[in-house]
Amino acid sequence: MNPRYLPLTATIAIFLIAYAVCIAQYPNMLSTRVIGNLLTDNAFLGIAAVGMTFVILSGGIDLSIGAVIAFTGVFLAVLLQATSIHPLVAFVLALAITTAFGALMGAIIHHLEMPPFIVTLAGMFLARGMAFVLSIDSIPIKHPFYATLKSAYYKLPGGGRITLIGGLMLLVFALGILIAHRTRFGANVYALGGGTATARLMGVPIGGTTIGIYALSGFLAGLSGIVFSLYTSAGYSLATVGVELDAIAAVVIGGTLLTGGSGFIAGTLVGILIQGLIQTYITFDGSLSSWWTKILIGLLLFAFILLQKGLIHVTDRRRRHA
Amino acid sequence: MQASTSILSATAIDKIFPGARALDGVDFSLHRGEVHALLGENGAGKSTLVKCLTGAYRRDGGRILLDGADVDPQSTLEAQNLGIGTVYQEVNLLPNLTVAENLFLGRQPKRFGFIDSRDMNRRAKALLAEYDLDIDVTAELAAYSVAVQQVIAIARAVDLSGKVLILDEPTASLDAHEVAMLFRIVRRLKARGLGIIFITHFLEQVYDISDRITVLRNGKLVGTRATADLPRRDLIAMMLGRELVQEVAAEHGAKGEGGEVRFRFRNFGRKGHIQAFDLDVRRGEVVGIAGLLGSGRTETAEILFGAERADSGTAEADGRTLDLSSPRSAIREKFGFCPEDRKVDGIIGDLSVRENIALALQARRGWARPISRSEQDRLADDYIKALDIRTSDREKPIRLLSGGNQQKAILARWLATNPDFLILDEPTRGIDVGAHAEIIRLIEELCGKGMSLIVISSELEELVAYSSRVIVLRDRAHVAELVGNQVTTDGIVEAIAASAGKADA
Repeated sequence: MNPRYLPLTATIAIFLIAYAVCIAQYPNMLSTRVIGNLLTDNAFLGIAAVGMTFVILSGGIDLSIGAVIAFTGVFLAVLLQATSIHPLVAFVLALAITTAFGALMGAIIHHLEMPPFIVTLAGMFLARGMAFVLSIDSIPIKHPFYATLKSAYYKLPGGGRITLIGGLMLLVFALGILIAHRTRFGANVYALGGGTATARLMGVPIGGTTIGIYALSGFLAGLSGIVFSLYTSAGYSLATVGVELDAIAAVVIGGTLLTGGSGFIAGTLVGILIQGLIQTYITFDGSLSSWWTKILIGLLLFAFILLQKGLIHVTDRRRRHA
Repeated sequence: MQASTSILSATAIDKIFPGARALDGVDFSLHRGEVHALLGENGAGKSTLVKCLTGAYRRDGGRILLDGADVDPQSTLEAQNLGIGTVYQEVNLLPNLTVAENLFLGRQPKRFGFIDSRDMNRRAKALLAEYDLDIDVTAELAAYSVAVQQVIAIARAVDLSGKVLILDEPTASLDAHEVAMLFRIVRRLKARGLGIIFITHFLEQVYDISDRITVLRNGKLVGTRATADLPRRDLIAMMLGRELVQEVAAEHGAKGEGGEVRFRFRNFGRKGHIQAFDLDVRRGEVVGIAGLLGSGRTETAEILFGAERADSGTAEADGRTLDLSSPRSAIREKFGFCPEDRKVDGIIGDLSVRENIALALQARRGWARPISRSEQDRLADDYIKALDIRTSDREKPIRLLSGGNQQKAILARWLATNPDFLILDEPTRGIDVGAHAEIIRLIEELCGKGMSLIVISSELEELVAYSSRVIVLRDRAHVAELVGNQVTTDGIVEAIAASAGKADA
């Protein structure tokens, strides 16, 4: 098998084995309800993680997404509370702001040759701070349109529901896969992850691609914020702290190389589902602390980093003997 | 006539870097359907010239004509679009992308707005078939050997550019079989009418493949000759800068010969690095080391200084065995080493002149016993005066100094440790003529004080001027030692060429 598919295969295998273990213990977990909830509960994280996958594939990192999600939530709540504009208009405004915010970070990273870590860390503080400026309270969103959106779902056989936001996440993943593998922009993202200097020599538009990547991540963080506000029907500036780290974890568990250049969007979906599955198992168990999620995720991360290191080692050796 | 055969011609190219003139009025012309070797020692200006042609550098003067039209590429990308493609020693492709993606990055075939992978793979396969390469184009590039990657890089460059192909040391990491494969491809491209510039330091390969040779030295054009009319001996003389004038080695007898042997290296070497050699160095003697690029000059220096640990042989000084297992222990044995590439290995650019000078002495004393600031100041001032280092003050970051003054500051660093044995690797590389003379005067002064020196240089006149003996290297082995009145530039060139001939036979 082509070694590039190995991490993805490992992720899928881990998910299937973990799911089998869960079902063996709690047969109820094998239901479309559980699957539907898995998608709904992790929709905002999944959407943001698609953006994060692009960023990490290019060799960068985006620490701002958790703060951008919170900002979007507060922005929508304040706007819908203080004015009478339609939520759809508010959504468009929020997406425009977050996309521009991402593009600005990308432009700084490219033109000032700053490390993405620092720039997006600054972006994280800025977005979180802006959320606090808008409001320090948790503001409920009571617009009737929200209720309409929340009640929209597709009923699966067995009583499970694919909600609007769960479906939206799947759609985002599908579009993400299309962009990554079937467009020149996607190819350029992988090229950047392979080495910026070489990519430049090969004629990849570095600046445009970098800005595009962070704009995409900003857009998806904004979309994730909208989904999160639908999910919680509120906006709170202290929400989604550390979500960027969960997203990074999902990306890495999904088999994407943290140094960039190798990985798949689809892997990130499985990474999200593994995280959700652990969470669901703990809910079913009822006696375990929810911190076990973090502990297991931590262990999985370690295992995947080791797997990646091992793979790189094996590929290097193979080439030397070729 | 000239216009019809010449595909690329550069006239009077100048390139000036702060403190050094990298190219000085260089002319170069490339014909359609020829392989043109561009030769010269390190720092001769080969890569600077290539970078001016490919737009990686902007030239400071001169004209470049491509197909008879003036061109001024601002970037490698623009040069590529004009028709000038380059393949570097380090393959400049992306190891994480598939072979097909590497070949078609930025110009992937599309269908309905999306990349048509099937079509791309099919075209990649067809393209590589022209190079007799039948591989899985959907596998990652990293899965293939460097030689295959090199062919893929050539295929991409030719497909993109198609007029001029520049091969910058493409064979450096290939074995003989792979080189033969590469040369088959080069010959085929030549037959297609491409102009090919071939940079290498393997002279056998130059004679194997090239039609004409251009030699650069110190940023100046030495000459362009037809390969068939240029014997190897004359080529080496051109590269090392000799107009083969018979020189009289009158003063050589006086220079340290006859003094007692102070340092004795026996069977000293390291496998795969430099073949074991014997070397005696007397007190107050300068031993020169000559050879072409890649002959093992720097390797000799590194092993003497412990930067590479010797795996055979012994070293002694005045009958006492020396520990040269690391640079630290070598420094403890009162050895000093000014490396070849001072920007990388020597200076620490952001530290001041004072700090750079005090560095080696401090390292030898250990961090537990810091040199006091006043002592450092005195040390720095002394050497700035003694070596005439031109700097506005001793606290100036050393990167702001000119090349010659940086070199003197590094020399000062080692002199401050009061070494018994000093190795200078290309001490006059890349510095202007005035500083040249001062460094040479310094070398003579030092050996006058009883220090033993090893000087590596590709400037043969220089070596002849200060060395009492010259060791000639070839293929990572010491092949000859010239003593007394054998030490002439002529003698050195003969020795290099003679040993070259032997190896070929």
